[in-house]
Amino acid sequence: MSPENKKKKAGFAGKTAAGTEKTNRKLEPILEARHVTKQFPASGGRTLKACNDINLTVYRGRTLGIVGESGCGKSTFVKMIVQMFQPTEGEILFDGKDITKLKGEELRQSRRKIQMVFQDPAAAFSPKMKIIDIITEPLMNFKLIKRSEREAKAKELLRMVELPEDFVYRYPHNMSGGQRQRVGIARALALEPEIIVCDEATSALDVSVQDRIIELLVKLQKEKGISFVFICHDMALVQSFAHQVAVMYLGNIVEVLPGNQVGSNAQHPYTQAMLGAIFSTHMDFDKKIESIESEAPSPVDAPPGCPFQNRCDRCREICRREKPVLKEIEEGHQVACHLF
Amino acid sequence: MQKKMDFIKKHKSFTVFAILAIALALVAIFADKIAPYDPYEAILTDALQAPSSTHWFGTDKLGRDLFSRVIFGSRISLSSALILVACIFVVGSVFGILAGYFGGWVDAVIMRIADMMISFPGMVLAIAIAGILGASITNAVIAITAVSWTKYARLARSLVLKIKNCDYIAAARVTGSTTSHILSVYLFPNVMPTLLVTAFTDIGSMMLELAGLSFLGFGAQAPQAEWGLMLSEGRSYMMAAPWMMLYPGLAILVTVVIFNLLGDSLRDVLDPRD
Repeated sequence: MSPENKKKKAGFAGKTAAGTEKTNRKLEPILEARHVTKQFPASGGRTLKACNDINLTVYRGRTLGIVGESGCGKSTFVKMIVQMFQPTEGEILFDGKDITKLKGEELRQSRRKIQMVFQDPAAAFSPKMKIIDIITEPLMNFKLIKRSEREAKAKELLRMVELPEDFVYRYPHNMSGGQRQRVGIARALALEPEIIVCDEATSALDVSVQDRIIELLVKLQKEKGISFVFICHDMALVQSFAHQVAVMYLGNIVEVLPGNQVGSNAQHPYTQAMLGAIFSTHMDFDKKIESIESEAPSPVDAPPGCPFQNRCDRCREICRREKPVLKEIEEGHQVACHLF
Repeated sequence: MQKKMDFIKKHKSFTVFAILAIALALVAIFADKIAPYDPYEAILTDALQAPSSTHWFGTDKLGRDLFSRVIFGSRISLSSALILVACIFVVGSVFGILAGYFGGWVDAVIMRIADMMISFPGMVLAIAIAGILGASITNAVIAITAVSWTKYARLARSLVLKIKNCDYIAAARVTGSTTSHILSVYLFPNVMPTLLVTAFTDIGSMMLELAGLSFLGFGAQAPQAEWGLMLSEGRSYMMAAPWMMLYPGLAILVTVVIFNLLGDSLRDVLDPRD
């Protein structure tokens, strides 16, 4: 991509923030990803582009949902936000400061503000640690509380995630999936972060439990003004509570739109295809279930042009030659497609 | 007290073997109170006496009381075996955890050295090292440590690799844990039970290796009372005075069995999922 193009896109991101500010209550960007690219070395000297020039903004007190098929790079992206990976290119600004180049103690200190809830609640805790050790460890790591205050603090955190206080001396393997995920949230809350990243935090849970976890997250957001980055492959779930939804495909953001418009106003052929594949109890089973033909191509050696070209039923000549960039088609709604 | 009783009830076999192991240790500690004779006092007129009520296990070629020697032998054999296992355990698991967690060149260097050690037959290499250092029980411990730490390093490394990429290690890092905190609070305790069980079951075989080296003349030196050495001394009298081999051999057998079973039952105790 040419430097001019890059500048233009940065300009768009800025305008979006400013534009929505007028209509909504004041929106303050807290985390900005700028041209973030992550490559992994693949076999045979090739490279795997897990994330390709990603530009996204997380606003204070808002939820950004990221949807996409497995393998589309959404986990890689959030792992860069919590600094488990370093991006190959680009920067991630938190409160205006680039956090991707931090090292050592500075890196450790910066972790206080961005926490994470993991996908599999069975694997996210050391089997040897009790709940009290798990949820107060972040505080002990930063020496924010004394040893004697642990129990009180742990109980307070458990109350916050609506778990009984007497769980403090239990082991995670004696708890249900939903309870464990609440412990995961309690651990993420302990440091009072400004952003909590949820990597498919509900996909390992029963549907009924999913709802209650989402309710809890929404409640916590209202009370504490935390921003969430919520990865999900369930379109229906994520649009129900995310203020902003980003659709990812093969390492690229193909559409960014307000959560409440996902059902009505999604434009990108891939987003529409995903919506067509949602099952619900109210659906008309006489209608053909739309699913996307064929598999996503491998992110190793991606072809030129639009990443979605080989599965798109509206693919044209230009899509095979030129890669579409994200364009603002209306306020808060960006699409990367030559059709618009 | 109630807790202790519950523990004993829950882990009966562990309790039994732990008591036996402690009994062995007590025998070693109070050897001079238990042994009826001085193990080093040679009375040539009493040489090669069969077991009787005065000499329970008989006497050896120099007329020393075998029962006293077997009792005293537990001192050297037990303590050197325990020290040996502790050395191997510490050296092996530290190297293994470092290799597994840091990977890269640290891993490459440590594991290539381990490969080199493994490519030799262990006993032959131990004989060579003990031969170079000179024959003594300390050098035998050093020689066997140099040969055997690789097993623990490999085990620790593979266990670390298994959990290194678990979510909870990532979670620990995200919540601001330092590397030393992760190593000591997450990796070490998770790796420990398996290594500890291996170490306990190894006490027996290490004792055999030490006895083997002593038997070959590279470990304890005469006139020390050490079981392997006593076996070696008894070898030439096997037909005339079989008790000279029988009792030290039995002592080794009993000790090895007790520590092996203790190791086995320890595994059940350390599994936290019960």
